[in-house]
Amino acid sequence: MDRREFLKTIGIGIGGVACGDILTPSIVKAQNAFEVNEFFGVLVDTTRCIGCMRCEMACAEAHNLPLPDISNDSVFEKKRNTTETRWTVVNRYETEKGKIFVKQQCMHCNQPACVAACLVKAMKKRKEAHVTWDTNCIGCRLCMVSCPFDMPKFEYNSPFPKIQKCNLCWDRFQEGKLPACVEACPVEALKFGARRDILDEANSRIFQNPHNYVHRVYGGHEVGGTSYIYLSAVPFEQIGFRGDLGTTPYPEFTTGFLYAVPFVFVLWPLILLGMNRATRREED
Amino acid sequence: MNGKTATIESFKDFVTFIRAELKPKGRIFTIFNVISAPIILLGAILIVYRLAKGLGYPVTNLSQDFPWGIWIGFDVMTGVAFAGGAYVLTFVVYVLGAKKYHPIIRATVLNGFLAYVFYTGAIFLDCGRWWNIVNPIIGNKFGVNSVLFLVAWHFLLYMLTALVEFSPAIAEWLGWKKIRKILGSLTLGAVIFGITLSTLHQSGLGALVMMAKWKIHPLWYTEFIPVLFFISSIFAGLSMVIFEGTISHKVFSQQIDEEHHRSYDDILVGLGKICAVAMFGYFFLKVLVFIHGRHWSLINTPMGYWYLLELIGFVLIPCFIFVQGVKDRNLLSIRVAAILTMAGIIINRLNYVFIAYKWYVPMSERYFPTWIEIVITLAIVFAEIWVFRWIVNRMPVLKESPEWAREE
Ligand code: SF4
Ligand code: SF4
Repeated sequence: MDRREFLKTIGIGIGGVACGDILTPSIVKAQNAFEVNEFFGVLVDTTRCIGCMRCEMACAEAHNLPLPDISNDSVFEKKRNTTETRWTVVNRYETEKGKIFVKQQCMHCNQPACVAACLVKAMKKRKEAHVTWDTNCIGCRLCMVSCPFDMPKFEYNSPFPKIQKCNLCWDRFQEGKLPACVEACPVEALKFGARRDILDEANSRIFQNPHNYVHRVYGGHEVGGTSYIYLSAVPFEQIGFRGDLGTTPYPEFTTGFLYAVPFVFVLWPLILLGMNRATRREED
Repeated sequence: MNGKTATIESFKDFVTFIRAELKPKGRIFTIFNVISAPIILLGAILIVYRLAKGLGYPVTNLSQDFPWGIWIGFDVMTGVAFAGGAYVLTFVVYVLGAKKYHPIIRATVLNGFLAYVFYTGAIFLDCGRWWNIVNPIIGNKFGVNSVLFLVAWHFLLYMLTALVEFSPAIAEWLGWKKIRKILGSLTLGAVIFGITLSTLHQSGLGALVMMAKWKIHPLWYTEFIPVLFFISSIFAGLSMVIFEGTISHKVFSQQIDEEHHRSYDDILVGLGKICAVAMFGYFFLKVLVFIHGRHWSLINTPMGYWYLLELIGFVLIPCFIFVQGVKDRNLLSIRVAAILTMAGIIINRLNYVFIAYKWYVPMSERYFPTWIEIVITLAIVFAEIWVFRWIVNRMPVLKESPEWAREE
């Protein structure tokens, strides 16, 4: 009984470790999963935005979403969030330097929380930058809970719901076209390019016009860097951004736990078996 | 059933036996049945409605701001914590060899197993794209770095493990002597595997919300959430054992022999002792986390009072009542403490899912469950109780094993 039991238990332990990927996460991979250097990105210069909402219109047209009414600006009275049918919205903020318009959408993080959350890799970070959604999603909505910018939206009112959000025009990108919003912007408030280049561009705009901007490129380092980066004339807190998100990539908040998993898996069975043997001996 | 279980040899015997066993036993029109049957029925209809309509209003009050409601917060997060009694007791009985608790082990394991089965049902309902729910299992892309992936697999494996742990009772019911022997010999291995899985997925449930860093109120968010979830699952599970046992012992009283009845008080006191110790450890850790987080200024806010109420009213006070109850061997105290503790666990888990989660969202836009969410939740709980009762009335769960299967 003893020897056989022992071997069986050990066997289970080892089997567990061998099942590796399934029982214990291979988090180590996550560290290198994202090539940070070659991402594309969009620079949003909020000092240039005039609040015409043509980006909203272009986005809706490009993705067959219900078209917004951009003819009057009463929509600016209340702050809007993106929704499952409006992947980008422009909001107006009253600031110390007057009215400022800010376009919002998924930030396409370098190391996205939504991707780390997803248990079926339905959320996917493309090596070009785009964070896209796929139909093998189970609809658990952990991506929504995890995203620091609250961007994934869910079609609650459908029996066949999808997660919806900006995908940085992944389809158009593959056809060699610019993101629809970037193309539609009449004042070049949006600029698409290699992330490295638009970061340089952002920094040089600050450098050349130091009085026009606060000296911070939002998205440069926030949550480990994002593909959408922003320039602003006023502190970012005044235009609806959280200034305190930190520079730690969000997936790292779960690594502590995930690292511990393989250890527990190896050590626990051995410790438990040891306890079992020890107490049994006393009885004899 | 008559005391001796007949051995079933041929297939025909088997069919007749199962047929006979499927018939209801005991009175049909009890108060419990009169209340629960319509709710289960209504729940079943509403489940169909949910599948046809999707998750939006009027089915649930979930929103873009609050993606998770009571199906995750109560059924899954709380239900799994309450099911923790199974791994704690199997540890005490099979690993540490504390024979004293043997009489309640089967009921506890059965309860744990059924909790997982039914609460996974809740996950199924909560998943917007439920037809894809097998994807993480069949490998339609493995999200191996996702905490939820780990939790999903561990749920599944734990269910199998708990089934193995319980299986000797099934074999005894069917009178399968040889198989009973084999299944019995698997118990220790299953127990060890089960405890390991439980440690990981109990804490994993906490790790799920780790990326909701700024959405969870700073008094609740800490890097120790997984540890806190694990420790609290110990006393959550045992309080559930105390609560469930108290009811089972009344309802199934005639199945329980004299000796078990007598030893039961001892068992409750013992469980109360473990709860008190675990709760004290938990309280201590909570205080450490609080001091470390330097959130003094947050205490004097509405959320701060809520935090204190949870920590003092539903952890520290029941902990003291447990201590008192153990000292005076006062079973009533122990039961009261168990109920308070369970309420505290519900509050705690709901905090992480939608109360302290996005506490800054104004009241009018906050999540509150719809009656449909509540009825379906109740239906799931009642259905579990029905199955539990069905099994207890047939298999040797509370009653003694048949003569041939007594352990040495
Ligand atoms: S902003 Fe949110 S949804 Fe977009 S990539 Fe980052 S984590 Fe994902
Ligand atoms: S809702 Fe879908 S995309 Fe989001 S984490 Fe769950 S499975 Fe992944």
